[in-house]
Amino acid sequence: MTGKEYRTITDVKGPLVFLNKTEPVAFGEIVSLRLSNGTVKNGQVLDTSNDLVIVQVFEGTAKIDREAGVTFLGDVFKLPVSTDLVGRILDGAGRPRDGGPDIVAEKYDDIIGAAINPFSRRSPHDFIQTGISAIDCCTSLVRGQKLPIFSASGLPHNDIALQIARQAKLTGSDEEFVVVFCAMGITAEEYNFFRADLERTGALEKAVLFVNLADDPAVERIITPRLALTAAEYLAFEKDYHVLVIYTDMTNYCDALRQIGAAREEVPGRRGYPGYMYTDLAMLYERAGLIKGKKGSITQFPILTMPGDDITHPIPDLSGYITEGQVVISRELHQQGIYPPINVLPSLSRLMGSCIGEKTTREDHKSVSDQMYAAYAQGRELRGLVAIVGEDALNERDKQLLDFSGVFEDKFLRQSRDEDRSIDETLDLCWTLMSAIDTKYLVRLDQKWIDKYHPDNRK
Amino acid sequence: MKNEGLIYRISGPVVTAIDMKAAMYDVVRVGTEGLMGEVIELHGDKAVIQVYEDTSGIRPGEVVVNTGETLSVSLGPGLLTQIYDGIQRPLPTLEKEMGVFLTRGVDADAFDLEKIWTFEPQVSVGDSVVGGQVIGHVQETDTIVHKIMVVPGNGGVVKSIESGDFNVTQTICTFEDGTEMQMMQKWPVRTPRPYQQKYAPVIPLVTGMRILDFLFPLAKGGAAGIPGPFGSGKTVTQQSLAKYSDAQLVVYIGCGERGNEMTEVLDEFPHLIDPNTGKPLMNRTVMIANTSNMPVAAREASVYTGITIAEYYRDMGYDVALMADSTSRWAEAMREISSRLEEMPGEEGYPAYLSTRIAEFYERAGRVETLNGEDGSITVIGAVSPPGGDISEPVSQGTLRIVKVFWGLDAGLARQRHFPAINWLNSYSLYPQSLDQWFRDNIAQDFPEVRIELSGLLQIESELQEIVQLVGSDALPVDQQLTLEVARMIREYFLQQNGFHDVDAYCDIHLQYKMAKAILAFQESAKSAMASGAQLGDVVNVPSRSDLMRGRLNKGYVDTIDDMVKTMNDEIAATVEEN
Repeated sequence: MTGKEYRTITDVKGPLVFLNKTEPVAFGEIVSLRLSNGTVKNGQVLDTSNDLVIVQVFEGTAKIDREAGVTFLGDVFKLPVSTDLVGRILDGAGRPRDGGPDIVAEKYDDIIGAAINPFSRRSPHDFIQTGISAIDCCTSLVRGQKLPIFSASGLPHNDIALQIARQAKLTGSDEEFVVVFCAMGITAEEYNFFRADLERTGALEKAVLFVNLADDPAVERIITPRLALTAAEYLAFEKDYHVLVIYTDMTNYCDALRQIGAAREEVPGRRGYPGYMYTDLAMLYERAGLIKGKKGSITQFPILTMPGDDITHPIPDLSGYITEGQVVISRELHQQGIYPPINVLPSLSRLMGSCIGEKTTREDHKSVSDQMYAAYAQGRELRGLVAIVGEDALNERDKQLLDFSGVFEDKFLRQSRDEDRSIDETLDLCWTLMSAIDTKYLVRLDQKWIDKYHPDNRK
Repeated sequence: MKNEGLIYRISGPVVTAIDMKAAMYDVVRVGTEGLMGEVIELHGDKAVIQVYEDTSGIRPGEVVVNTGETLSVSLGPGLLTQIYDGIQRPLPTLEKEMGVFLTRGVDADAFDLEKIWTFEPQVSVGDSVVGGQVIGHVQETDTIVHKIMVVPGNGGVVKSIESGDFNVTQTICTFEDGTEMQMMQKWPVRTPRPYQQKYAPVIPLVTGMRILDFLFPLAKGGAAGIPGPFGSGKTVTQQSLAKYSDAQLVVYIGCGERGNEMTEVLDEFPHLIDPNTGKPLMNRTVMIANTSNMPVAAREASVYTGITIAEYYRDMGYDVALMADSTSRWAEAMREISSRLEEMPGEEGYPAYLSTRIAEFYERAGRVETLNGEDGSITVIGAVSPPGGDISEPVSQGTLRIVKVFWGLDAGLARQRHFPAINWLNSYSLYPQSLDQWFRDNIAQDFPEVRIELSGLLQIESELQEIVQLVGSDALPVDQQLTLEVARMIREYFLQQNGFHDVDAYCDIHLQYKMAKAILAFQESAKSAMASGAQLGDVVNVPSRSDLMRGRLNKGYVDTIDDMVKTMNDEIAATVEEN
């Protein structure tokens, strides 16, 4: 530690403090600011040169004046980690929020996190059963995957995330997940909802919570997910835990990023978000996966609300390019009273192919899932046609597909918030529903699975 | 001024050094850890450097050393089967040196410098050789003979040359003027390697994907762009091309993409067999993996590293295919660096030189006469990831201006699980004209006509669909209903192809032709049967037609398809008598 205190602040602008005439300060170094009223704030070096240093202040720059003392702490931002983290609630900067003692550190980990060497990764292939039919059948989740929920304001994404956290398990194993929960700018009400649910189910004892609420400093949100992921990496790759990271809401994170970019007068990219947002998001999302020779894993479930339900908005768009698929929540289905209102058509799991089939789920899974998709997609399309020409103009095949699309939503998608369907139950349900369609129209099903699983042949 | 300076400023991956003699694109070593960087701007006595590794913890006042070299790759036997990061450091070596997380400040040789190769000379003492000329060869992998070439620009009269076992840094040849030659050479990545002349592309790159080979063929030496929104199958298409195209060598650049996807490729490729040689695919592959969270400046360099390696093998007379997934990430890396330099931005924050850089990159593709007088080619296939799937953005537009083949991926098709989700209405290829002769000579005389017929039917279908959307298909006359049925057969039987199916993933070009003819045969017999009074419903529902369509998933389909078509024709003809 250098310990030297500077009083050379020249400018304060938004979340940034500019100061000059320092000794060489490292890029990314942690800074402590002591205000004249005795308050201490923390920050990080964003730009450093012989003449000028720019510091980003996590707690906001309120009350900072040119008299404030600035100390450079000689190190980059680190999180104290140990297994004591499990069961704790921390604030957005990693300080205890639950009234408990400070974390007794086994060691301090750099929160930026290094990239995993692609050569050292292990391919994910363990199917996670979430108990939600739409996800298990159509966008199967794999251990080590990053699968975001693309939602929008007013939709029940939190219920879905919690249901997944509660029900997620590997088939044929009772290994449990440790949940790392990271709140960025959500309301106290939403946070209480999460906490109460985790408490009710006893999951809180096996969870680490990092909480930055809507009235906490926005800039702090930049480090909150990094703290959460550092904790997750420690638990997964050093302590062999299987970690499920839920972070909400990525949209608030990106807005904080934009705020800093604007304060630095950077050239903005689309919709004012910084041009490096892709890289920045990748540095969070890519901290999921499995590593050769290590038992643990990190699975990520980021939640983001699409502004104006627009999937082409930069936040969902850039996320979709990095994550391994997405689960899209539909307002239309929600308004029809269907829970979970997952629109499977734009939803996708890129790693699904590696985790389903005879060894992990069931031999007919791929075939069934393809057929369900295709039939539902065609049925949905026909609704548009029916609105114009009426149902009578449809041929037999189209009528069956149209009816199927309704049943798909009512019987397959719809389930209660505590209904935990096994993958076998889900696939059997698919067969039951599909049997309403004449077999000759089910062209994506292999004949051998029809012989084996079709309700007509199972009697 | 000297070759050493001091750090003045650090802003993310951009570092400014003062008091240092520097020229543009000099490679420098930054800070006490000696991080690799490249000079990208000069301002008076300040040199602006992009650093290929994370810069946290570096301070102003630390030393910067100019190596005086430009960013180069090492070329020589041992390149094949390697997996590199963006600046040609082998990832397996990095794992040994730094563990599973990529830290920084580690140098690694591009390939094993100690490995012994058996060198066979092809020239003799007293011969006069010039740059680019082949002086001998080694067997690099089972399938690839690595030719040792004089560095372009060098040359002379051979004073001594020996056959025998050497490593890549030992001298294998000396010239009269005393210069010595080793098997390994270096080449600056931003300078295209020279050739004698460019030829017109007249041979197709056969990919085994029906929609590509048949409707939108790509020439060896051509360039193609694959734009598409996320989830539309860019990566799957690129990987299929890397696996099955009939290039002799493949350079695969994973540029700013997903880690798990790269791992899948790394896991899968060593076990895959090249359908053209029957040997493991890895034997012909060089991979570059710079995932999205690896340093952004190295991502910028990765495409140049890749294409320089491709050019080196082209110079040996090979047909090389280069896949870049995704060029948008490369462009974004340029944008990020440019904004750190506070350059005046062009469109959407991209630097004004974006389209020039894209054009320069694709222009390194081509079929050429090498300096050694042989034919070699580089085919470049670049994925583009337009924000929101909207191709009016600068990267897509810059790409489309230069490439001759556009394979447009479509989110709507992907949503219906129609794969490959290439839109047959807006995709195009400008090569058919120059390739048609090849198809006539090698596949079938009427190949181009069959193509035109298929794409014509698809075009008519899209027009008819607009009417169907309004009035329903029953309102159409039966001949148009038949056209819809034929077009559906083209889509479901011919255009759809399962990239993960053992048999369907790769479709031989001769079989493609037979399948296309089978569709036309169906149309033909259906028309004549209906002219004689058969019902459309009976004609389309003959069981042998669905047998024919499902048959493509079986091995040996190429042998059975003719009989199946015959059975189908007979059954269709029989529907006349039923009435």
